[in-house]
Amino acid sequence: MAKSDVKLIGAWPSPFVLRAQIALNLKSVEYEFLEEALGSKSELLLKSNPVHKKMPVLLHHDKPICESLIIVEYIQEVWASSGPSILPSDPYERAIARFWAAYVDEKWFPAMKGILGAQDDEARKAAVAQVAEGLALLEEAFQKISKGKSFFGGDHIGYLDIAFGGFLGWLRVIEGMGGIKLLNETETPGLLKWADDFAAHPAVKDVLPDTEKLAEFSKVVIAKLRAAAAAPAK
Amino acid sequence: MADEVVLLDLYVSMYGMRVRLALAEKGVKYEYKEEDLRTKSQLLLQMNPVHKKIPVLIHNGKPICESLIIVQYIDEVWKDKAPLLPSDPYQRAQARFWADFIDKKLYDAGKKICTTKGEEQEAGKKEFIEILKVLEGELGDKPYFMGERFGFLDIALITFYSWFHAYETLGNFSIEAECPKLISWAKRCMQKESVSKSLADPKKVYEFLVVMYGL
Repeated sequence: MAKSDVKLIGAWPSPFVLRAQIALNLKSVEYEFLEEALGSKSELLLKSNPVHKKMPVLLHHDKPICESLIIVEYIQEVWASSGPSILPSDPYERAIARFWAAYVDEKWFPAMKGILGAQDDEARKAAVAQVAEGLALLEEAFQKISKGKSFFGGDHIGYLDIAFGGFLGWLRVIEGMGGIKLLNETETPGLLKWADDFAAHPAVKDVLPDTEKLAEFSKVVIAKLRAAAAAPAK
Repeated sequence: MADEVVLLDLYVSMYGMRVRLALAEKGVKYEYKEEDLRTKSQLLLQMNPVHKKIPVLIHNGKPICESLIIVQYIDEVWKDKAPLLPSDPYQRAQARFWADFIDKKLYDAGKKICTTKGEEQEAGKKEFIEILKVLEGELGDKPYFMGERFGFLDIALITFYSWFHAYETLGNFSIEAECPKLISWAKRCMQKESVSKSLADPKKVYEFLVVMYGL
């Protein structure tokens, strides 16, 4: 398959784009990465995702697929015969993986954004507590789901590793910012080890953004989130 | 061994209806348990400790939560009858995308119509109609969202139809006037026994909202 048959519209700091990249790497799919200029949206992005105008967008034979987790399932289905399965084969295990991925997106990620956008120490503390609470749930889930293996997906990286792991760079940035260890030996021993294994995985290590570079970039994000919180609602 | 299937639900919930509809499409027998959201049962709290919400499908003692995840589970377990998701990966991605779009947008816009008045309510109505028009565009001239066969995306949206009467009454507007093609599609779906059996009576939905929001 020609490289130009598969294109990914994205940007290096995005945890959602990272999910798509990891999935493509797991399936050894060659693709063209169309990097969006930060702060502006290309014609192609707007045309390919008119509903949400967001990245990532996977373009396969010029047909767009949007929403990171939907893209990951699509990649698994199209390149099913390449590499291990991203989703478990058992329907119940699939439902559990999808449940926790949805939890990460709907509950945990907003709490993470809450830390970055916090206007004062009190707000930040509250947001950190929420993130920690979420990590406790994810640790429990990890213990149950991994069954003693390295990843949520068992021996191999799977859907939930990708869904949660997309945020690893940002998690490390937030830890650095506050001098807090959100992943630690006492509260999240499983996830602590998982994080290292995940970051070192061949499908991940070359695309996981460098923590320092991300920390520098986070200043832009923080400014935006704070401005949005301070501005009156539309 | 016979399958044991239990559904923890709320009669008026459009999310719960999706599960009832999927089970009906597949001809699965199950035990229905109505929850009172003000006093949640021990079973609900035990089966969905993270969100404490309905619907929850309990299959042979194991809980599955989140309506669209449940519908996909039902499709995958009872795969020999009435496939709900298309078989083509691109079509599946489209079905999932639009179901996700419905979940992100429709309920909140509808809630605005029910719980606000004046300018805010007008904004809610406008938003709601805009969302339905986008969906109507996706439907086009097809009988169902993915083509000839009733499926996942129809299930995701049709359950909201049982709330239209409430939205129209509380918002004092006609959805059919704005989205005639969508209403045709809804009526087409309602001709299916699985749909008419699974959707709540619109009058009961309205009564429920009046009580819930103290209107």
